Amino acid sequence: MRITQGTFSFLPDLTDAEIGAQIGYALARGWAVSVEHTDDPHPRNAYWEMWGMPMFDLKDAAGAMMEVKACRQAFPAHYVKVNAFDATQGWETTRLSFIVHRPAAEPGFRVVRQEGPGRAVRYTIESYAVDRPEGSRY
Amino acid sequence: MTATASDLPAPDSVDLAALARETGVPEVLDELERDLVGLAPVKARIRDIAALLLVDRGRRLLGLPAEPPSLHMCFTGNPGTGKTTVAMRMAQILHRLGYVRRGHLVAVTRDDLVGQYIGHTAPKTREVLKKAMGGVLFIDEAYYLYRPENERDYGQEAIEILLQVMENQRDDLVVILAGYKDRMETFFRSNPGMASRIAHHIDFPDYSPDELHAIAGLMLARMGYRLAPDAEAVLRDYIARRVVQPHFANARSIRNALDRARLRQATRLVAATGSVVGRDELATLAAADLRQSRVFND
Repeated sequence: MRITQGTFSFLPDLTDAEIGAQIGYALARGWAVSVEHTDDPHPRNAYWEMWGMPMFDLKDAAGAMMEVKACRQAFPAHYVKVNAFDATQGWETTRLSFIVHRPAAEPGFRVVRQEGPGRAVRYTIESYAVDRPEGSRY
Repeated sequence: MTATASDLPAPDSVDLAALARETGVPEVLDELERDLVGLAPVKARIRDIAALLLVDRGRRLLGLPAEPPSLHMCFTGNPGTGKTTVAMRMAQILHRLGYVRRGHLVAVTRDDLVGQYIGHTAPKTREVLKKAMGGVLFIDEAYYLYRPENERDYGQEAIEILLQVMENQRDDLVVILAGYKDRMETFFRSNPGMASRIAHHIDFPDYSPDELHAIAGLMLARMGYRLAPDAEAVLRDYIARRVVQPHFANARSIRNALDRARLRQATRLVAATGSVVGRDELATLAAADLRQSRVFND
């Protein structure tokens, strides 16, 4: 199941040149770029693992692309995303966030039903990726 | 099917002069000639590199193979011979010629690259490299990276990461190493990998007294000062005496001398009580301001 999260997620996967151009746009606006990865792309999983520190003071996309490639290589079966963080205005926010790498087979989600009081059923989703025991996930 | 640039037949000739004008390189080279006194071998090498990049550009227009040349450099020379200044210009020139994308200069020393404990060096070096990508990385006193007396020194790790990026990401980054000549030679002898990846070794000669005088003139003009007519001879005398003294650092010593002369001028003007000073007096360094230097104390 193809995950559609973040900017560009309904488009075909971006090529490295396109990713570099997006990062270049973010850097030109003065945003700091960071790389994050996770095996569990649950929509409510806001905290992906950080791949190194956010990269402040970059001038060119090549530096960030180096980290994107290193992260892909280290976690080929994880999702990798690039965030562009804007601290230029005094308030701080993520301006752009897009997936730059997906596992070859995306495990997707299953529906979990929970019996509530009065025969009510509560639904939630759970990623198949989290089925595996902890030791084989990270 | 749509026609792309590669489908079109390549032209048969290219106007190098027009190409040069288009990039604005002649202006940068002229500026270099004007702003930097002396340094003939350095300027000649920069001209060579500019010409090579221009020809490469022409070759690409004609559809000839143009492998980007390796432009990592090593600047050797005594203190104050203009290594950092030229590195800054180099970043501009390479940017105009389209060899680097941004044209900024990141100047670092050993402390910025080498960490203090195991596992600290690699991220530190990589961070500096990332910041320098698209521009020029200037490593001052590069020989400190290698400390042969301590075999567990982390400098070696920084050198290895540096080498890897210098080799694999040649179009993202130009590395310029700088340092004193003899110590750089020792450094290259013990790091043959580094020596073989640096194509351009540029030696910065010491300035002659006349060149130092011209440099002093440029510095004063930039600071908005001028010398009193009788101070010119004093400055000439000062340079002749200073050159042979210990710890002489070429243009840097001249800058310091001028800064001290400005201090003395300020003291002199303030001490002359009750006087109203005019534009001329504020802008003029008198012979006495230079004459008080300890260089004349013998």
